[in-house]
Amino acid sequence: MKIKLYINNQLKNINIHEGETLLETLRNLGFTSVKYGCGTGDCGACIVLKNNVPVNSCQILTASVSDEKITTVEGISTINKPHIIQIELTKAGAIQCGYCTPAIVLCAYALLKENSNPSIDEIKGAISSNLCRCTGYIKIIEGIQNAAKLYSNLFQEDN
Amino acid sequence: MSQKIKNLGKYKYRSVGKSVEKIDSISLSTGKAKFFADYIIPDTAHVKFLYSKHAHAEILSIDTTKAEKIDGVIYILHHENTEQIPHTTAGQGFPEPSPYDSVMFDKTMRFVGDKVAAVLAETPEIAEEACNKIKVKYKILPALFDYEIASDKGSPIIHCEKTKKYPIPIPYSPNLNIAAEVDINIGNLEEGLSESDYYFDETFYTHYSSHAMLEPHGVITYLDETGRLVIITATQVPFHVRRICAMVLNIPIKQIRVIKPRIGGGFGGKQEVFLEYIAALFTLKTNRPAKISLSRKDVFRSSRTRHPMRVNIRCGVKKNGHINAFCIDALMNTGAYGSHALTVLSNAGSKVLPLINKAEHQRFIGKSVYTNLPVGGAYRGYGATQSYFAVGQVMDIMARKLNIDLIEFYSQNNIKKGETSPIFEKLGEGKEGVKMIVESCGLEECIKKGVEAIDWYAKRDKQIEKNNKVHGVGMVCLMQGSGIPRIDMGSAYIKMNEDGSFNLHIGATDIGTGSDTILAQIAAEAIGTDIDEIIVLSSDTDLTPFDVGAYASSTTYISGQAVRKCGLKIKKQILEVASEITNQNIEELEILNKKVQWNNGSLDFSEICSYALYTNNQFQIQATASNISNTSPPPFSAHFAEVAVDKETGEIEIIKYVTTVDCGTAINPKLAEGQVEGAVVNGISWALTEEYRFNKQGGMINADFGRYKIYTSIDIPNMETILIPTHEPTGPYGAKSVSEIAINGPGPAIANAIYDAIGVRIHSLPIKPEKILELYNKKNN
Repeated sequence: MKIKLYINNQLKNINIHEGETLLETLRNLGFTSVKYGCGTGDCGACIVLKNNVPVNSCQILTASVSDEKITTVEGISTINKPHIIQIELTKAGAIQCGYCTPAIVLCAYALLKENSNPSIDEIKGAISSNLCRCTGYIKIIEGIQNAAKLYSNLFQEDN
Repeated sequence: MSQKIKNLGKYKYRSVGKSVEKIDSISLSTGKAKFFADYIIPDTAHVKFLYSKHAHAEILSIDTTKAEKIDGVIYILHHENTEQIPHTTAGQGFPEPSPYDSVMFDKTMRFVGDKVAAVLAETPEIAEEACNKIKVKYKILPALFDYEIASDKGSPIIHCEKTKKYPIPIPYSPNLNIAAEVDINIGNLEEGLSESDYYFDETFYTHYSSHAMLEPHGVITYLDETGRLVIITATQVPFHVRRICAMVLNIPIKQIRVIKPRIGGGFGGKQEVFLEYIAALFTLKTNRPAKISLSRKDVFRSSRTRHPMRVNIRCGVKKNGHINAFCIDALMNTGAYGSHALTVLSNAGSKVLPLINKAEHQRFIGKSVYTNLPVGGAYRGYGATQSYFAVGQVMDIMARKLNIDLIEFYSQNNIKKGETSPIFEKLGEGKEGVKMIVESCGLEECIKKGVEAIDWYAKRDKQIEKNNKVHGVGMVCLMQGSGIPRIDMGSAYIKMNEDGSFNLHIGATDIGTGSDTILAQIAAEAIGTDIDEIIVLSSDTDLTPFDVGAYASSTTYISGQAVRKCGLKIKKQILEVASEITNQNIEELEILNKKVQWNNGSLDFSEICSYALYTNNQFQIQATASNISNTSPPPFSAHFAEVAVDKETGEIEIIKYVTTVDCGTAINPKLAEGQVEGAVVNGISWALTEEYRFNKQGGMINADFGRYKIYTSIDIPNMETILIPTHEPTGPYGAKSVSEIAINGPGPAIANAIYDAIGVRIHSLPIKPEKILELYNKKNN
């Protein structure tokens, strides 16, 4: 079936098959920052933002989000112009295998957009759906904290 | 930075010892970095497996007619149309110290999750549908689930075929379900036990667990423009993949190129070669690119796990606190196949007994047995984890019996710098070990710093009660190794470019650990340049030199030394060219800040390389180096846990967890800390919440992250990680390993803390509230 999709502020007309998940659609379109980790909505590696709210794209049918605004990490950064959250995660040593990282970046982005001065518990809560087996989360939390501290007015331009 | 340099004492480095940013971080976090699944190869077909639903069965017939008729099905593989070449799936050095007990597709199914057949189809959905249409007739065989009775008379025999054997001489008795056996004696154990003042006999059990790396296993294979087979695979061992695939497919190694892309974590789980040759065979049969992408459920039920182990300890100690006799008797469940059956077992002794080297009488008895349960494999900690759960608690039991503080008891019995252990020489990996002396040991300092950070003496034996919760503290000391001596080899190639940059090509395999970064730091240090000038290419069997891969805590120590040697050769060539250009004696030249300098002048690296490439006596500044080690210096670590136990519910809260680690020089302290923190949280999660639950048929019933609970950001305790710098003279710039050791601590440290709080001894994992409550109530009634 043919549908419209707003991805990273661009309107795309695409063909999808019946029962296609947003995870499949995004990966087929080349947004490979969105990762498969479990397919059951338990690991968070496939998280994208739907109207700025983190959702597991493996649990969403693409057909159901044709009028929604979808954001992947490609929508907030490029390799030559990384987002401050990515820079601070890097500086904190928070990225090991990096498989969970794009989704964590999006969760942190959504958090900081709502709350530019989050407590440690609020940061932990914001990434509590993101499993990471490499880091033990310590440096991820530190990196997000640093991003928040440095740029508390970071998202003003977006709003 | 001044702090870092100060910590390194007299060893002052330019790149080493600095927390430089991991070089692939931005690429990974912006989603640009490519994992195997991100490679788009036109015309790729997809593979799905039909797994056995029976724990033990013989396939009487297999009928694929209906499956083949489905539109989009391309090819089906099973035991009747594939060669039966015995091999091990363990990605180890050759010849492997694991039994050749696997074939690509077997007629006998040995666990729920064993592969019956594989389908190649145009889409994953069609492949899945076709799997369901394959008709299989089984003869159900009696299954063996209790590994403690595996060798008893009447137990089902799991591997009967005469073709099954080790490629090296190892005691192997499949007729008794024995996959490996070890028995090492130092002194005379029984005599030692009879001479001791106190005797102990304690048994502990550790359980299955999943590596739970976020990226499931997978591979893409295709034929390149010259007809060679290319394998892009999520592996820790690209060169072993090439060798094992060549053997199982019966094609020459030169026909295969293995490329390791970015890897979404491994922890040992990707040190297995069990998918690549199947995708490759589909490609060879059909000329189609083939992709295998395991589901999470597949990873849980059909890939590899941590071997469960029963560890019995008999030991004796003198009244003065001297441990004089110590015996570890380990029985390991290797599951349906013997992947790492000998070496994980051996490490339960070899990475543990040397820590208490003062005992004159030591023995290690080990037996790995087959069962009809999931297959064990390499898993961070590699047998030491299982053994330390027992040994760490027995140390606590002994100290308490003697009424000696556990800290003092460890200090009295621990190995020290300049000392050795006969175990190093007697117990190796499939052969005798290597005699060695501990040349760096920061364990005393680790203990001291940990005692301060946890405030040991204010909390130990105090049973402080707050809100119906009793607090307690426990600790444990650990060691591991750095690579396998005289077996593990790493190598490096470096060339210089005319802008003064360098290409570093290494076989070493970065699976998220940061080895590309720390090896670039080592190269930059050796040459005298910045890490920004090093372009890293790793793990491509066509383009990079050999390396055994990412396992045995070897990369920093083994491959790092290869890179250092290679960098020093480059440095020499740079100086020689500079000498030719300037007519200065080499002795008067020195490299500083990407320049060659002398009394009254300097030359940029770019000028030197341009001269070498274009001006006179032209040549490429380039070098290669390989490295093996005659020793495997142990990193050391002390772990401290403070817990609060709820006497009403049995729930425990970890109030604080302190890890101190001596990894020699931390090449990159932040990345080293990250290794420790990740390992500790994995260790806590394993000890407290993770659990394989099986139904009566031997099938795992909780094969998803909803029911197999690994730690999240809100579960982690307050943690402190302290690196204790030492200088290991045999390591690159004083470095030892760091990646595995810290996973061994949480089980015993937490169990000892629970004992300190409520006097209950935990003999089996996982430590669940109901278990604590039951033991506590039993004790008080």
